[in-house]
Amino acid sequence: MSVVTIAGVTKTFKSGNVTALENIDLELEAGEFVSLIGPSGCGKSTLLRLIGDLVEPTAGRVTVNGKTAHQARLDRDYGVVFQDSVLFDWRTVSKNIALPLELLGWDRDRRRERVRKMLELVELTGFENHHPWQLSGGMQQRVSIARALSFEPALLLMDEPFGALDEMTRERLNLELLAIWQQLRSTVVFVTHSISEAVFLSSRVVVMSPRPGRIAGLVPIDLAYPRTVETREDPHFFELVTQVRELLRLRGEHLLPEEEAVVR
Amino acid sequence: MTVRVARQLAEWLPPLVVLVGVLAIWQGAIVAFHIQQFLLPKPTAIAQAFWHERHTLWPAGWYTFKEALGGFFGGSLLGFAFAVFAARFRAAGSALLPIAIAANAVPIIAFAPIANIWFDPLSPRSKMAIAGVLCFFPVMVNTLRGLTSVRPPQLELMRSYAAGEIEIFRRVRLPTALPYIFTALKVASVLSMIGAIVGEYFGGAFNALGVLINSDAQIFDFTTAWAGIAVASLLGIALYLAVSLTERAVVRWAPEARDS
Repeated sequence: MSVVTIAGVTKTFKSGNVTALENIDLELEAGEFVSLIGPSGCGKSTLLRLIGDLVEPTAGRVTVNGKTAHQARLDRDYGVVFQDSVLFDWRTVSKNIALPLELLGWDRDRRRERVRKMLELVELTGFENHHPWQLSGGMQQRVSIARALSFEPALLLMDEPFGALDEMTRERLNLELLAIWQQLRSTVVFVTHSISEAVFLSSRVVVMSPRPGRIAGLVPIDLAYPRTVETREDPHFFELVTQVRELLRLRGEHLLPEEEAVVR
Repeated sequence: MTVRVARQLAEWLPPLVVLVGVLAIWQGAIVAFHIQQFLLPKPTAIAQAFWHERHTLWPAGWYTFKEALGGFFGGSLLGFAFAVFAARFRAAGSALLPIAIAANAVPIIAFAPIANIWFDPLSPRSKMAIAGVLCFFPVMVNTLRGLTSVRPPQLELMRSYAAGEIEIFRRVRLPTALPYIFTALKVASVLSMIGAIVGEYFGGAFNALGVLINSDAQIFDFTTAWAGIAVASLLGIALYLAVSLTERAVVRWAPEARDS
């Protein structure tokens, strides 16, 4: 069953008359882990925001769970994680995680119980009364993930969530995220700059090309779950990485050198 | 506990030393250069007047302090309300803001006699109006700045939860603005005392501090006038400290509070 259907979506920004996305068609199945990858300006973040009804399409339709993206947002079908953890400094870790639960009107006991579970899930038990600035970047992002998952949304939207973290923290959080995903079986849309991260995490990689943003190709990742540290050393892993890289190169000849570097 | 006391002491000691030093230099300079006491009385003389006149000065100070408080709360509340309105309805806000800025540019000295006529010079309400006008602007500008300095991802996050404007205000905008608001309230606390006293210079109740300072100066009783000024300063500082303590209790997450 498809959770997200994107049909003929075009997005033009009024400022500068930029066509961020042109005629995008894409279907996401329930329980999929889909990465959107591409160089800067390919509209991958915009596509994520279109799914989450944080921006509206200029043309075309986004359907989520059989309803409009707007209705899905009102029904709280989305958990969103940004590159910045967007934690509120005046709230403790617990209260940050409980924020969406408060908005949903859960009572205190139910909130506390869920927060406890989420802390366990992201392995932050013992930090409930810390404030965000007392945590490392990786821990902050784990709180952000716990918050996004706390109300069991149908869809988890992640916009370069580990982009600001160092390589080692990023790889550890990749493993943790996969473990969480396999436990909860929610559908994940994951925007990233990193080819290896996209291949390692996803069941499918959507490769995008810039100006205007288009889908350059889809790469199904047929590596078995659960994926482990060894997965990164699997020859097939490298084949898939190469495949994604080729697609990026094919459609991105006019990329600027520094953007190549970001794509790696 | 002892660490806490030591830290408090370390915080208070330097300004205390400076204060004592300034008073000593002041006293010494008057003695050394034979400065006339109507130009600048000795701190010791002021302290004497402060003590002798305590039964008139403090009740007068209290009377004026209440006026300042009324202006402080009234003006700050209006400033806050205006900022909330301007932050919510940007168009209306940008139409009204230049007028508020222009009104703020009117010298309070010019406004004081007018306020006295509008609201009966003998009534505390006229002084509250003057103090309130002084407090309004800093609170309004800072609150508006705070309410609108919410980072876009925070709003995006709240929108992804389908949170309404009121929820966003309560859970994001107001907490973001609180440090700004307290900065403004500290400025306003001192301004309110100034406003009340300036108002009294243009006529006020017989037992008001500003009237007292003014009449003492006119009969060349400068030491008592200075003692009155000291009372006014102390009360202004007291209000400032009260706001600071409230801030510490309320804004625990602000960077300044993070070390303690």
